[in-house]
Amino acid sequence: MAIELKMPALSPTMEEGTLAKWLVKVGDSVNSGDLLAEIETDKATMEFEAVDEGVISKILVPEGSEGVKVGAVIALIGSDASDVASDAAPVATPAAATPPPAPVASAPPAPAAAPTGERIKASPLAKRIAAARGVDLASLSGSGPNGRIVKADVEAAGSASAATVPVAAAVPAATAASPATAPATSPAIPDFGIPHVDEKLSGMRKTIAKRLTQSMAEAPHIYLSVDVQLDALLKLRGELNAGLADRGVKLSVNDMLIKALALALEAVPQCNVSFGGDVLRQYQRSDISVAVSIPGGLITPIITDAASKSLSKISTEMAELAERAKAGKLQPHEYQGGTASISNMGMMGIKHFTAVINPPQAMILAVGAGEKRPYIVDDALAIATVMTVTGSFDHRAIDGADGAQLIKIFKQLVEKPMGLVA
Amino acid sequence: MSNYDLIVLGSGPGGYVAAIRAAQLGLKTAIVERENLGGICLNWGCIPTKALLRSAEILHYMQHAKAYGLAADNIRADLDAVVKRSRGVAKQLNQGVTHLMKKNKITVHMGAGKLTGPTSLTVTSDKGSENLTAKHIIVATGARARDLPFAPADGKRIWTYRHAMVPAEMPSKLLVIGSGAIGVEFASFYKDMGAEVTIVEMLDRVVPVEDADVSAFLEKALKKQGMNILTGAGVQSLTSSASGVRAEIKDREGKVQASDFSHAIVAIGIVPNSENLGLEGLGVAMTKGHINTDPYCRTNVPGLWAIGDITAPPWLAHKASHEGVIAAEAIAAELGNKDAHPHPMDAKNIPGCTYCHPQIASVGLTEEKAKAAGHKVRVGNFPFIGNGKAIALGEAEGFVKTVFDADSGELLGAHMVGAEVTEMIQGYTIGKTAELVEGDFIHSVFPHPTISESMHEAVLATYGRAIHI
Repeated sequence: MAIELKMPALSPTMEEGTLAKWLVKVGDSVNSGDLLAEIETDKATMEFEAVDEGVISKILVPEGSEGVKVGAVIALIGSDASDVASDAAPVATPAAATPPPAPVASAPPAPAAAPTGERIKASPLAKRIAAARGVDLASLSGSGPNGRIVKADVEAAGSASAATVPVAAAVPAATAASPATAPATSPAIPDFGIPHVDEKLSGMRKTIAKRLTQSMAEAPHIYLSVDVQLDALLKLRGELNAGLADRGVKLSVNDMLIKALALALEAVPQCNVSFGGDVLRQYQRSDISVAVSIPGGLITPIITDAASKSLSKISTEMAELAERAKAGKLQPHEYQGGTASISNMGMMGIKHFTAVINPPQAMILAVGAGEKRPYIVDDALAIATVMTVTGSFDHRAIDGADGAQLIKIFKQLVEKPMGLVA
Repeated sequence: MSNYDLIVLGSGPGGYVAAIRAAQLGLKTAIVERENLGGICLNWGCIPTKALLRSAEILHYMQHAKAYGLAADNIRADLDAVVKRSRGVAKQLNQGVTHLMKKNKITVHMGAGKLTGPTSLTVTSDKGSENLTAKHIIVATGARARDLPFAPADGKRIWTYRHAMVPAEMPSKLLVIGSGAIGVEFASFYKDMGAEVTIVEMLDRVVPVEDADVSAFLEKALKKQGMNILTGAGVQSLTSSASGVRAEIKDREGKVQASDFSHAIVAIGIVPNSENLGLEGLGVAMTKGHINTDPYCRTNVPGLWAIGDITAPPWLAHKASHEGVIAAEAIAAELGNKDAHPHPMDAKNIPGCTYCHPQIASVGLTEEKAKAAGHKVRVGNFPFIGNGKAIALGEAEGFVKTVFDADSGELLGAHMVGAEVTEMIQGYTIGKTAELVEGDFIHSVFPHPTISESMHEAVLATYGRAIHI
């Protein structure tokens, strides 16, 4: 009796993923905890572990398959080696290393949800409502048990297609956008005969493209810039690091800016919000998404409740998150969510830039390089270390005055940095 | 100072189930209880009352033995023995929960818990106090009976459910104030045990949350048993004396009349046990003392969760248990467990059971509420008199009513009154949860002879094709 191995949901919002690589082959014995495959979601590659033990008797979805729906059977595990023969295609001999490729060879491209010919799991009520409203069940992802399409899924699809305003009805709980609602198709690039190489987009690149396009299209951005003097913060950082050296902690300027932004958001909660069509959600905690550049794209690990964490805690968490981000090992809950973002290009020497808001968040802070500049201190020209920061705000949700207040308090916190350790 | 993944405050049917589910998911779990493991439900609520009602039911059968061709003489009830049996049942289940805590390696802290932060609390008992911390805390402290503001229960003549469960004496003439589940269950028990019973209900019908047809049927049945039912009436004052209670009751026409009773049971609802828990200090959002939660039982304070009677209605043990599972799974998921897949609660699919005589069971919308919600409805009703098994049992009083959406065929609600209906409602609940439509019910085979065939017939009747009427 074969056990069906199903595409796992590696996060609460995951609906489909790419089966990037099989780490086992037919005939391999597996035990609970063995690594079976690498699954690529929109932002991360994760390892899929075995829960059951047995022998891999059949692989139904070859590696490299995209858009594999959560809950789809991807392989079969038999109780012993004899199952390899019985479950394999009849023409294959047991000695053959790999049976013929699976019937579900390649899933159709996203966003079509159900592979062609596969039975669509839907409740009787969902089927009937879909038929009445002309909703194609194959285009939906099911939220019921084992990916079953239920009434709520059909109703959500119905209202989304009927809506004339392209604004989500509710603030999504996580930042992952639903593939079913975002076609994100771009015109083909004309070929002018210039030598070139086309590289297929990774899941992460697609997500970045979709979400940044969505953000610029839907959220009217306003940008507020200010110069911030860094000398006091740098001095404090030096003193703190001297004291923290024994503990192996070394605060970066960015760690301190994360805390400053979180504290500023607590002081101006009007900026710690999401715009949700007919609701404005104000968060009661400041979770800061920190942009980290990784090979092939960018990811935003989150420092949750940064305002109430000590600088040393933020620093150790950030170092650990950044390291795992670069290794592609972040768990979805570690990068999905967040109430505001910070992006720092100072280390690249960028003086000033504006950043695109990371929806459903409503603000992001772009941080430029701290550099020595001629600066007026006490009505006299002096040399000071100064950086330029620019907040981007979703003007649907945040008024200019509130944004300005946030930037002002951030500047004060950095220039009089004892507030960061108090 | 002990540090846990999860502390559950309160060990009722919400709390202890949450703790077990959390332990199954590998969380280091503790539970805090100030009184009895198992909470009200199995010590002072659902379970011991079912034991009492079973005694009353058997007494009722004995008194009606002749109808079944049997003779029974000198039938009498021994109230002390009936109560003793009920307490024995409660004790057995209490020990069962103790065993389950041990089996699942859940640490039990006996004492009163008070939050000192979203993820820390102190437990105070005779033996002193201790501080506990956890990554998450679930508040599951439940609720208690609501008192009449002008006549708090004294346990002598004015009772809550809790006094009514361990009576020192048999009431001769009982006043039951409120006709919700608790009110009509005790009315039934004491009526069957031989008391003269009057029910006063402020709204215009008994069991007002049920479908109007069920209320009308129950009122008729209770009156036939000899109960005095006053609807649209209110108790204006209640004065206790050594010999009884005097109630001034304002009737439907507004006329106030004083009547004497031996005892009164106050069953006018519940109040949440949300005081002295430190909730206000943490800024926990509440509505009339009940904690606001999201569909996964999160409060507005990160790390703090709430389930059961201390949250929004319905205030039912099985709703609390289900929320316990949801919260435990959501917490495990937040702590990184990939196998925990919490699903949000759908209040439309929570069944309700009332164990008066005859029994009531229902799930989903009443006909009235379905229409108010804008549904075009199709309604069917099948009386037990058309069911062979019910007639053979001598229980031919009752009916099953189903309410379907005329357009989609969705089962919007099911309402039953009569023998064994509390054991049958789950059939409709599974159907509703799985989103079956009328054809699925119609095409299901129901076993013969059972009263459950009435459930089939009600659906058939909805679509004009019942066989036995």
